[in-house]
Amino acid sequence: MMKVNYTAAMMTGNEAVAQGVKLARVKFISAYPITPQTTIVEKLADMVSNSEIDARYIEVESEHSAMAAVFASELAGIRSYTATSSHGLLYMHEMLHWVSGMRLPLVMSVVNRAIGPPWNIWSDQSDSMSQRDTGWLQVYCESNQEALDTILMGYRIAEDEKVMLPLMSMEDAFILSHTSEKVELPGQDDVDSFLPELKLGFKVDASNPLGYGSYSTPDGPFMELKRDMMESMWNSKPIIRKVTSEFAETFGRDYGGLTEDFMTEDADYIIVASGTVASTTRYVASKLRKEGKKVGVVRVRYFRPFPEEEIRKAVSGASKIGIIDRSVSFGGAGALSLEIRSALFRANGPDAVSFIAGIGGRDVREIDIKNMFRMLEEGNSGNIFINSGGVS
Amino acid sequence: MLEVRFHGRGGQGAVTASKILAHAAFLEGKEVISFPFFGTERRGAPVTAFTRIDDDPILLKTQVYEPDVVVVLDQYVMKTVDVTSGMKPESTIIINSRQNPADLDVPYKTATVDATSIAMELGLGNRANPIINTAIMGALVKATRVVDLESMKEAVYEISPAKKDINVRAVMAAYGSTVSGGF
Amino acid sequence: MVLIPLADKSSRMNLTGTWRTQRPIIEYEKCIRCSICWKFCPDNAIVLESGQSVAAPNSRLLPLDIPRIDYDYCKGCGICAYECPEKCIEMELEEKD
Repeated sequence: MMKVNYTAAMMTGNEAVAQGVKLARVKFISAYPITPQTTIVEKLADMVSNSEIDARYIEVESEHSAMAAVFASELAGIRSYTATSSHGLLYMHEMLHWVSGMRLPLVMSVVNRAIGPPWNIWSDQSDSMSQRDTGWLQVYCESNQEALDTILMGYRIAEDEKVMLPLMSMEDAFILSHTSEKVELPGQDDVDSFLPELKLGFKVDASNPLGYGSYSTPDGPFMELKRDMMESMWNSKPIIRKVTSEFAETFGRDYGGLTEDFMTEDADYIIVASGTVASTTRYVASKLRKEGKKVGVVRVRYFRPFPEEEIRKAVSGASKIGIIDRSVSFGGAGALSLEIRSALFRANGPDAVSFIAGIGGRDVREIDIKNMFRMLEEGNSGNIFINSGGVS
Repeated sequence: MLEVRFHGRGGQGAVTASKILAHAAFLEGKEVISFPFFGTERRGAPVTAFTRIDDDPILLKTQVYEPDVVVVLDQYVMKTVDVTSGMKPESTIIINSRQNPADLDVPYKTATVDATSIAMELGLGNRANPIINTAIMGALVKATRVVDLESMKEAVYEISPAKKDINVRAVMAAYGSTVSGGF
Repeated sequence: MVLIPLADKSSRMNLTGTWRTQRPIIEYEKCIRCSICWKFCPDNAIVLESGQSVAAPNSRLLPLDIPRIDYDYCKGCGICAYECPEKCIEMELEEKD
């Protein structure tokens, strides 16, 4: 393993993300403030005004405009960044398609927050889950360190010539964004050799004018372009694995790839979760193991591309699995549950229960996770709301 | 794993107190996490913050329900908030108060310190809003030894945005005047 | 039956006066009933009341409406004291007992 220089410091998830953006040598930032994303862009604005980073920051009147601004700067071949939350992300929705459709390798942070009404600023993945079909890679982080590291890995993956798709990296509102943890800051030289400068082959060039994203009839190439995006999503999987393991070799932190498995090999009951809920679930599962319960956890890092084979393999030996979603697809189940159930159905996999937990920031406590494992053991099935208004 | 819960009012620095404790433990090479209860922040309203300290990385990302230590920055918060909620028989509570532990009649190991007078004598904050979150850390160390006094002094020095030396003196003054007692 | 997120009383039930660290006190002996405090209060926590018998600087002012602070909702921001042209509103440290 390479000897890496780093300094450790206490910082919030949002500070860690801003440090990641600085280390990635982002040259252009545009964002519109929204709780709980605000402290990311405050920190970046500070860094720009103190000349700590060589970047341009422009203020805009909305999230839609922020995404339009970074769309343009990426198209000019400049590594760009933005961040948002909740209603701000929904307001960007149209532009998200433009960025992915133009194959721009942008990286954005989303601090997962509930969607109103009623107004609620707390943790909930409904905002990013409802953007799953926009052609963006999606990563769900469980620690401040991972939030920083994902910015660095994110640009490497997005900018890979086989991928060329944007990536959004998620932090749970407050539970990461405003929580202080120990974070190791990698040295700039190490980051520079891990993440080379962006070289966009098709960037806007005044001496060679082209139409960007202009027009296509049903005869083509519209459908061919969309099919190519789909193929690039699948092609991104080996790239994600390669970049994650290269990151581990360089910086000594291994995030496993698209998913991380904990004690799944001989587990009868497995819970699949993402974000900070996955972290707490690991804590609870380790405790239950000490009591002799054969339980395991799969942490989903990437939701897009969907890690179908990984999850199928990890849970194949289990007798029952539970999937925790911090979002709901009304009339369906949690988004993660729906996809995992369909993946398992194709493989004759174990029965899967959908747990909806932590909506609108409700704390997902140890007792809640113990209850979920208990329900798996007791053979419950279906869609179950956890710790909600007397319903289990 | 050691779990600490701080109670105060918006503007008193309960959130910073949780960060200072985490920083002191971080300086001792511990794994730490500190976070506020994420309400709508406003001056005067009851505020809760948490710190967890452990030798291993901390995976538990929930609020603290069964604190080992409770720190009360404002005695009057106790009128509206159940600050002893979830405390275990061996838990300790530290209260900013002019009274002695015996007079407060809290059914746990209790320590008191007059952090408000210490802050006012040293000119930290003003009469309406004395800044007591550094003084109370001296009492926390004296009553629980969760971190060394030296680490706490260093953490307070590093985190205080201004009057660094005076804030460290507040820690020392509180350390020297903490009254332990109770259960 | 469905649940609908409606709230008709929430701002009245939320007694924001508990947030106060300083309490404005009007000295009616000096108050000229100009109602500037009432106009500036950002929380509508000052009401004008008629027919009250409280002291005034002179007898002509006695029949006029007086400003009364609603301590259930006053957050103690001090804007009234700052704006008062007669400087007859004092901000006093809140007695929490």
